[in-house]
Amino acid sequence: MSSVLYDVPGPRARRRNGILAVVTVVVVAAVIGFLIYRMAVSGQFAPSKWYVFTFSTVWTQILQALGNTLAAFGLAAVLSLVLGFALAIGRLSDHAWVRAPFAVLTEVFRAVPVLVMMMLLYYGLPVLGVKMEPYWAVVIGLTVYNGSVLAEALRAGIESLPRGQKEAGYAIGLRKSGVMRLILLPQAVRAMLPVIVAQLVVTMKDTALGFIITYPELLYFAKLLSSQQGRPLLQSALIIGGIYIAMCLILSGIAKYLEIRTRRSPRVQGLAGGGGDDPRAHEDGTVTELIAAQKGVGKFDQGGFGAVGR
Amino acid sequence: MDVIFGNLDLWGEAIGNTLLVFFVGGIIALVLGLIVGAMRVSPVPVARAVGTAYVNIIRNTPLTLVFFFFVFGYPVLGLPKLSNTVLGILAIGIYTATYVAETLRAGISTVPVGQAEAARAIGLPFGQVMSVIILPQAFRSVVPPMMSVFIALLKNTTVAAGFSIAELGALRATVNDSHDRPGNPMEVLLWVAVVFVILVLLMSWLQRYLENRWRIAR
Repeated sequence: MSSVLYDVPGPRARRRNGILAVVTVVVVAAVIGFLIYRMAVSGQFAPSKWYVFTFSTVWTQILQALGNTLAAFGLAAVLSLVLGFALAIGRLSDHAWVRAPFAVLTEVFRAVPVLVMMMLLYYGLPVLGVKMEPYWAVVIGLTVYNGSVLAEALRAGIESLPRGQKEAGYAIGLRKSGVMRLILLPQAVRAMLPVIVAQLVVTMKDTALGFIITYPELLYFAKLLSSQQGRPLLQSALIIGGIYIAMCLILSGIAKYLEIRTRRSPRVQGLAGGGGDDPRAHEDGTVTELIAAQKGVGKFDQGGFGAVGR
Repeated sequence: MDVIFGNLDLWGEAIGNTLLVFFVGGIIALVLGLIVGAMRVSPVPVARAVGTAYVNIIRNTPLTLVFFFFVFGYPVLGLPKLSNTVLGILAIGIYTATYVAETLRAGISTVPVGQAEAARAIGLPFGQVMSVIILPQAFRSVVPPMMSVFIALLKNTTVAAGFSIAELGALRATVNDSHDRPGNPMEVLLWVAVVFVILVLLMSWLQRYLENRWRIAR
């Protein structure tokens, strides 16, 4: 944020800002200090609590759990992209009888919590005689939810394109499939790349739900570790948490980088709007924001949108 | 239908707890998110840095892990005992607050620069620039994305199921583990899914209604 909201501070404002800064530092230091104090009092820094992490086997197991997390994330990411394209194209069909079921499907998939979907697959299906590995329950659950969110993002991207693009495609004699494949989708994907990557961050975070249906991923392993000798619960949570944060930060970094690239690129300039805080760059890129931003329904459109950062 | 009428007491408790986590967690998220959002646009660099750190760290942590810290980690510290439900509400509130803060920040930046400049040009002080010019406009553009944040919060309440908080997500285990309860996991979960679809549709409807009602003619 720049200095649009406030003037260059004068002497009084500077003094006030200084006081606010001190207050902030004191409050934050108090909270962190209190936590560290409580950890010290309850013996969280005792060597026995960290002892487990001196074994290389523990670290190999952590790596294995990380592998499991990444395996679920990777497959879910690919599948949800595929599903996203399928649902988006189905929902954009010219025929109402195709459009309607795809619309219902997308809405229902989005409304059911990921965890409930995973539980349906893992605990529910055995009732019907289908046994499913936790891995597949996690992957399918993530795919269904993120696929439908991506579908909405892609659809918003396609609908935001100028109508002339489609018309020009038909004018040079392309069929519907050609217009979609050669003209509309490439532009939509480009404009929506930041949202797509941001949604992948969500997918990554949601793999941690697998812990609840006993998929042996990172968090599950943290729980397992915390039952070891010395009960290093906070310790393992801190270490595993660090791994998660690092992975997600890398992905968020990519999203941010893509967003800056997109904004700079003249080709998508018209689509991506300019500068500032683009709601599409927000993870969990709540679809309404997207659509509002894309359709220009008067929420995020016009010069006002993001103009502050420019 | 047996699965509903045979377990009415459980459904009541589960839905009640889901709504409790949703509303109280939502209030915590709103209050905390407002503070953090204000910190992120404030003229004090330290406050901005703290806000940014908070948002970046919590937003890149899986909600399940936040729950883990609160529900399993808190008791280890030897502080006064709190029930799992209270800890879960705190966890979900603190997690959602980051989304609220970001939405507010995005909302403020949707107000055209000219508005703030004009307000300052006619001599309004900072307080009035914010309260009379910027915030009313920002508020309107924030409503739809904010509702999306709360829809996400509602769906996230199910995570509490993994941490022995008796809400909708946990209903399957409760029904399954007691012998005299009618219904199987599939039925319970399907009905839970139906409840969520209905609740989410209701909220989307409210979102659209508010969006139309408070539309700004710019």
